Amino acid sequence: MFYSPITQAQREHLLKEIGVPDIDALFADMRAVGKASPLDLPEPLSELELKQFAVRLAGQNKHTGAYISFMGGGSYDHFIPSVVGHVISRSEFYTSYTPYQPEMSQGTLRSIFEFQTMICELTGLGVSNASVYDGASALAEACVMTINDATKRTKVLLPSTLPPSYREVLDTYLLPKSVTIQTAGSQDAVCVSEEEFISQFSVDFAAVVLSYPDFFGNMISYDRVISAAKENGIAVIMLCDPIALALFKSPGELGADIAVGEGQPLGIPTAFGGPYLGFMAASEKYLRLLPGRIVGQTYDKNGTLGYVLTFQTREQHIKREKSLSNICTNQGLLALAATVYMAYMGPHGLRRVAELCYKKTNYLKTRLASLPGVTVLNTGVTFREFVISLPCDAAKVGKALKAQQIFAGIDMGRFDKSRKNQLLIAVTEKRSTAELDQLAEAIKGCL
Amino acid sequence: MKTVIFDYSEQGKSAYRLPADPHTDILISDIEEAGLLRAEKPRLAEVSEVELIRHYTKLSTLNYGVDSGYYPLGSCTMKYNPKINQDVAALEGFSAVHPLQDEEDIQGILQLLYELEQYLCGVFGFAAFGLQPAAGAQGEYAGLLIMKAYHADQGNAHKNIILIPDSAHGTNPASVIAVGWKIRTVASTADGRVDLADLKSKLSDDVAGIMLTNPNTLGLFENEIAQIAEAVHGVGGLLYWDGANANAVMGYFKPAEAGFDIAHLNLHKTFSTPHGGGGPGAGPVGVVSKLVQYLPAPRVEVQEGVYKLMTNYPKSVGRLHSFYGNAGILVRAYTYIRSLGAPGLKEATENSVLLANYMKSKLADHYQIVSQGVCKHEFVISLKQEKKQYGIRALDVAKRLMDYGFYPPTIYFPLIVSEALMIETPETEPVEAIDAFVEAMIQIKHDMIHEPQLLLNAPHVTPVSRFDEVKAVREPRLSYFR
Repeated sequence: MFYSPITQAQREHLLKEIGVPDIDALFADMRAVGKASPLDLPEPLSELELKQFAVRLAGQNKHTGAYISFMGGGSYDHFIPSVVGHVISRSEFYTSYTPYQPEMSQGTLRSIFEFQTMICELTGLGVSNASVYDGASALAEACVMTINDATKRTKVLLPSTLPPSYREVLDTYLLPKSVTIQTAGSQDAVCVSEEEFISQFSVDFAAVVLSYPDFFGNMISYDRVISAAKENGIAVIMLCDPIALALFKSPGELGADIAVGEGQPLGIPTAFGGPYLGFMAASEKYLRLLPGRIVGQTYDKNGTLGYVLTFQTREQHIKREKSLSNICTNQGLLALAATVYMAYMGPHGLRRVAELCYKKTNYLKTRLASLPGVTVLNTGVTFREFVISLPCDAAKVGKALKAQQIFAGIDMGRFDKSRKNQLLIAVTEKRSTAELDQLAEAIKGCL
Repeated sequence: MKTVIFDYSEQGKSAYRLPADPHTDILISDIEEAGLLRAEKPRLAEVSEVELIRHYTKLSTLNYGVDSGYYPLGSCTMKYNPKINQDVAALEGFSAVHPLQDEEDIQGILQLLYELEQYLCGVFGFAAFGLQPAAGAQGEYAGLLIMKAYHADQGNAHKNIILIPDSAHGTNPASVIAVGWKIRTVASTADGRVDLADLKSKLSDDVAGIMLTNPNTLGLFENEIAQIAEAVHGVGGLLYWDGANANAVMGYFKPAEAGFDIAHLNLHKTFSTPHGGGGPGAGPVGVVSKLVQYLPAPRVEVQEGVYKLMTNYPKSVGRLHSFYGNAGILVRAYTYIRSLGAPGLKEATENSVLLANYMKSKLADHYQIVSQGVCKHEFVISLKQEKKQYGIRALDVAKRLMDYGFYPPTIYFPLIVSEALMIETPETEPVEAIDAFVEAMIQIKHDMIHEPQLLLNAPHVTPVSRFDEVKAVREPRLSYFR
């Protein structure tokens, strides 16, 4: 008896009730196809042995509980308040199914409605869905929303400063749909200028993607790009960081049509890259093109206010081959985590987190810029992340700092050999001034 | 009525406690100068911590999870989610690892991912699995891209038709369109299996493959799989196994040994990871040896005892995720497999099939069972007759089941059955829960005849009753402030 609570006596009883001699009789159809080879697996472990084994395995990973981390690049070491873990550990949330039966799922439905509201508030746009897999797939789904074969708008323009993995995911999603991807900015750029977008615009573009911030932390208003896009009938998709949006103008205010991003900074652990949370918001006119689940408010037959999954005719389980996206399962529990996080922070707390990130980043930027041979490559406003060039390999600095219990940042050489002296450094509200000083001193010691 | 967190919001209240600003000398004026400063704060709720906790605790009580009771949702495999899986995933050595750390510092998680792939191969017979897809639908997408890449390499780029039985999940046709291909529907026979003659008549040189759920969505094993495989392979097509129903086969059927070339699994179904109210899931994609080179990258390989994240696969269909997929879910599935091993997984399959056939035999005198003969882990009832005779629909029975404390089964699916109720019996249900469900179903049949209002007005005991879903679309309110 493993997790199945059925006794041997019950098995015999059930077989008798069914009217078959043995278990094998229930699998005669499979046997007839051919005997499957035995399951090739290690012996079962007791819970005690398994726990001990898992602790040893986990112990082979270095982690940010023991290291001072300056690693970002799409996954950030933010403070996670205790309430988040406690709420999402309630098993009525985490062991429930997609809320297709609203009478027994109001908990999930109400929380998704809250999530949608908060995402609309952050992005300044009218409608939000209930989440997709991650930031990269959110961006890919947004591009798909804008492609229109009828008007022959089948190209999208991306900045060269997207996270490299996002660019790869876009290739995987868009190329099979015969979308043409064009890039603004050179491969070695640290920031793409507005002119580099505008000069490429033509009437066959469906969308332009603007990164807010980009992979190197740059924040740009994109005023001119956005007005030029509007003149050319090109949809503006902004890839944004949710924490930054508490401090910086929202995509809606800047004139974007669609805003997407990675929700991991909102109370979700770095957890080796997943599960995370892709968020998507858009102006109302895109409502019927949004992929995934959407929750709406309505009333039951007694006039009681409640919430249901709505506009389901967009989705694959109704529309099948005519749906715009195949998404079914999304990241429901992580949307709940983000909702609880945002409710905990509130408007003032989230602003504080953003300001702390911003100021600490600037403090460290200034400190590092004063080191001999170190150059901060960003020239404008940055949020939570920036890139420096070193007089030596970033990998060498990373290795030396690990010995001092510091994850120095991301060696850009892992993405591009020609950038091997660049280090991408992220600073969250968790880093104390002493830790920032410690990093600066440690880097100085390597030069 | 206060329903959502914003209803509790009050200026001056807050839950957050953050460190003081140590850099009051650093100004945010350069954000303003760049024209980027946000003037108005987002209207997130302003609540105290205790009110926050009480609100979400209240919300949790309006939900129903596997820990609350039996969840008979067909094709969803709502099995118990063992608690140790949660605890293991929460270990800092897994949960606080940054995805871009150096390989030498993440040997534990890489070993786990490598071994999980081996285990999945050991259960289903494939040569390799790609663990990146974040859910079943993304696994389908990856599998079809692999198929496309393979055909292109074989000089068969013209192949662009996927055969799909009319009983298939909606994700199948949606995924086919997503890779730029077309579907051709294959009819079912009267007993609900693939109509082999119809399938053969739909074959042509441009057929790229078939997507098959086996056992199918009626819970019936497609016993002509050898003939189906021969026919589809005969025109150069590949066989795709939709692993939604993988809980029915472990220890008895390995799809790769029966002619399937590609498959996806739903770890949140078969391998006990929690559904989370709609995710996260994980949808690994498995392939036979000739297709390994096309799997999504990066992948984990081992060289002289050292685990490595490899990206150098020139034929790979590419990347699907910002990092490596839903790693935390993969940790839970790994833990589950190590708990059960071969005997435990085989027992899971046996007991789920045993319970389904038991329930089916108990309900056979009361309802029209569409899934004839021995079923696998689920079966389908049609209320076509009841609708005609008593005006009772599948929806009414589903809602009435709530009054008995059960989550309803899947309804109106598969599409080939009118007024369908699709009932699954995960192996983790006690016989007592199955018996109680059967009793409720029998009582509902009785009430349907004698007191139909009980069904038509159901549910009666839930905090809300049936919703006006038309109003939700006609007068959309999708956000609190709009």
